[in-house]
Amino acid sequence: MKILVCISKAPDTTSKIAFTDSNTAFDTTGVQFIINPYDEWYALVRGLELKEANGGSVTVLNVGGADNDPTIRKALAIGADSAIRINMEPKDALGVAKQISDYAKENGFDMILCGKETIDYNGSQVGGMIAGYLDQPFISNASKLDMDGNTATIERDIQGGKEVIQVDTPFVLSAAKGMSEPRIPNMRGIMAARSKALVVVEPGAFEDTTEIAEYILPAAKGACRMVSADNPAELLDLLRNEAKII
Amino acid sequence: MASDRFQAPDYYHLDDLLTEEHKLIRDTVREWVKKDVSPIIEDAAQKGEYPIHLNKGIAALGGFGPYIPTEYGGAGLDQISYGLIMQEFERGDSGLRSAASVQSSLVMYPIYNYGNEAQRMKYLPKLASGDWVGSFGLTEPDHGSNPSGMITNYKDMGDHYLLNGAKMWITNSPICDVAVVWAKNEEGRIHGLVVERGMEGFTTPETHGKWSLRASRTGELVFDNVKVPKENLLPNKSGLGAPLGCLDSARYGIAWGVIGAAMDCYDSALRYAQERIQFGKPIAAFQLTQKKLAEMITEITKAQLLTYRLGQLKNEGRATTQQISMAKRNNVDMALNIAREARQIHGGMGIIGEYPIMRHMMNLESVITYEGTHDIHLLITGMDVTGHSAFKG
Ligand SMILES: Cc1cc2nc3c(=O)[nH]c(=O)nc-3n(C[C@H](O)[C@H](O)[C@H](O)COP(=O)(O)OP(=O)(O)OC[C@H]3O[C@@H](n4cnc5c(N)ncnc54)[C@H](O)[C@@H]3O)c2cc1C
Repeated sequence: MKILVCISKAPDTTSKIAFTDSNTAFDTTGVQFIINPYDEWYALVRGLELKEANGGSVTVLNVGGADNDPTIRKALAIGADSAIRINMEPKDALGVAKQISDYAKENGFDMILCGKETIDYNGSQVGGMIAGYLDQPFISNASKLDMDGNTATIERDIQGGKEVIQVDTPFVLSAAKGMSEPRIPNMRGIMAARSKALVVVEPGAFEDTTEIAEYILPAAKGACRMVSADNPAELLDLLRNEAKII
Repeated sequence: MASDRFQAPDYYHLDDLLTEEHKLIRDTVREWVKKDVSPIIEDAAQKGEYPIHLNKGIAALGGFGPYIPTEYGGAGLDQISYGLIMQEFERGDSGLRSAASVQSSLVMYPIYNYGNEAQRMKYLPKLASGDWVGSFGLTEPDHGSNPSGMITNYKDMGDHYLLNGAKMWITNSPICDVAVVWAKNEEGRIHGLVVERGMEGFTTPETHGKWSLRASRTGELVFDNVKVPKENLLPNKSGLGAPLGCLDSARYGIAWGVIGAAMDCYDSALRYAQERIQFGKPIAAFQLTQKKLAEMITEITKAQLLTYRLGQLKNEGRATTQQISMAKRNNVDMALNIAREARQIHGGMGIIGEYPIMRHMMNLESVITYEGTHDIHLLITGMDVTGHSAFKG
């Protein structure tokens, strides 16, 4: 079973968010990057579990610059067999999906696993676009993935219940919580990652289709007003007359 | 304990000096501590238990014998990686770091450096995997700072050695499978022997009632005519220099480790100071609080630079005993002072287990005493710079 896991990097959740270039670019100064948790915890780990149970290989792929290499190394330390970095600063989802699908077309994978979204811009688009380019089925937001031969049984959480889908390989899936338990690399994995291949591939030609006009930060949170626990009348009064929500 | 929101300070961008692999190792251990240690450590400390189930995790992270070569089960890492691992363990708890220090530097180190091939093969893989727990017996009831006066001794009985004496304050004694024990031969020369649990006459009574390092087991090693096979003597080094060589390695790990405890206290104090409102302001806005926090981050940054440079020297095989003493003394004192100041910033909250402060503070009272007391390290530096020994008054 040949599995491709797409990993993106995202700012650590504790990072301070700021913008530069007249609010059109994210300011990365002092920001710690991590593997996007949905990619790492769910797509990658479930891919590894399937490989461990059925044999095969797990390749991780990132579209990005050389400063992403530490993040990719971590995926190798967790257990991926090899890594590909397509050497391009990603601009939008379509460009990323085009590069990934071109690579996948050439190399042929039984399944392509992504996270349900990246926790930076939360676009949730790349997986679907890859499937579009490859003309393969796309299952989004999957919380369970089991394989029986070439047939996958996939669960998705939907409002008030679950949807169970069967699909044959090849397919593209985006993974959500529930897929697997996060794995912490061990020292053997970290040391093995030293000698695993991280192949850098130059991107194919692609013209950007979108341009960032501006990023706007949410308004700062208002001050918190404390109301004494033994004064519910004051609370009611504030909610009714000041906040005007009851 | 409330959820672990730890964020490591790095005021001088020391991360830029670390390799990709150093950072991956450190972040991996940090993640593990958040996930597996922080949720249970307060309870273990309150109950006075060492959470031994963590040994498998410590082993998987290479925490037992980080710098021991891989053919013996070690992780084969450099000294800066070793330091970073200790820093992250002690960020969790000094008891955890103590377990890793003892196993790595005081048990595996002498077996690797002073033992023969058969001894290395017999003991190191099981210690590295955490299947066995090791302890190190140097201190005696009447010989702490002055170990050369030890009375534990062995006699050559032809086909075995006969070991008699007692060691005190021994980390992990109650749970150890093997102990590296320092004892004098008939000529009064100090040698290391590996004593195994189950040998007749060998007992390990526990020391109860500690108010420090509660998540670590401490006890005695008592030898009453213990027959030790001759092949258990470590053949390749003897004299006081042998145990002191182990202590150099452990003290180096402590110099890094306590930075972890200090960072945890600082991080908690900084967050608390921003969130706690008194007189209509966060207490972080008061000058006296800022003085505490500013001095804490200054001292942590200095300690980080000290250990980083010491790590480079150690990697090159150039770090001296005296340089290691300076770092151990400076950094433990720094961490203890930060813990005390951080406790004040937390006000009443500082004394309860919801915050890690009091636990670190009490732990560090042991750390400042073991592996050479604060004052003994000062005398080592004093002797180094003046050429006069002030140990004997
Ligand atoms: C929790 C814990 C775990 C430990 N684990 C281990 C272990 O695993 N293995 C092991 O072998 N030991 C262990 N120890 C023992 C530790 O190393 C000793 O406690 C330490 O060396 C000090 O010895 P002491 O307690 O006998 O104090 P003493 O040597 O009696 O010192 C008491 C005081 O006198 C001072 N002093 C002594 N001599 C001088 C001098 N010449 N000049 C000025 N001041 C002096 C000291 O600085 C100290 O302040 C542990 C101790 C503790 C508390």
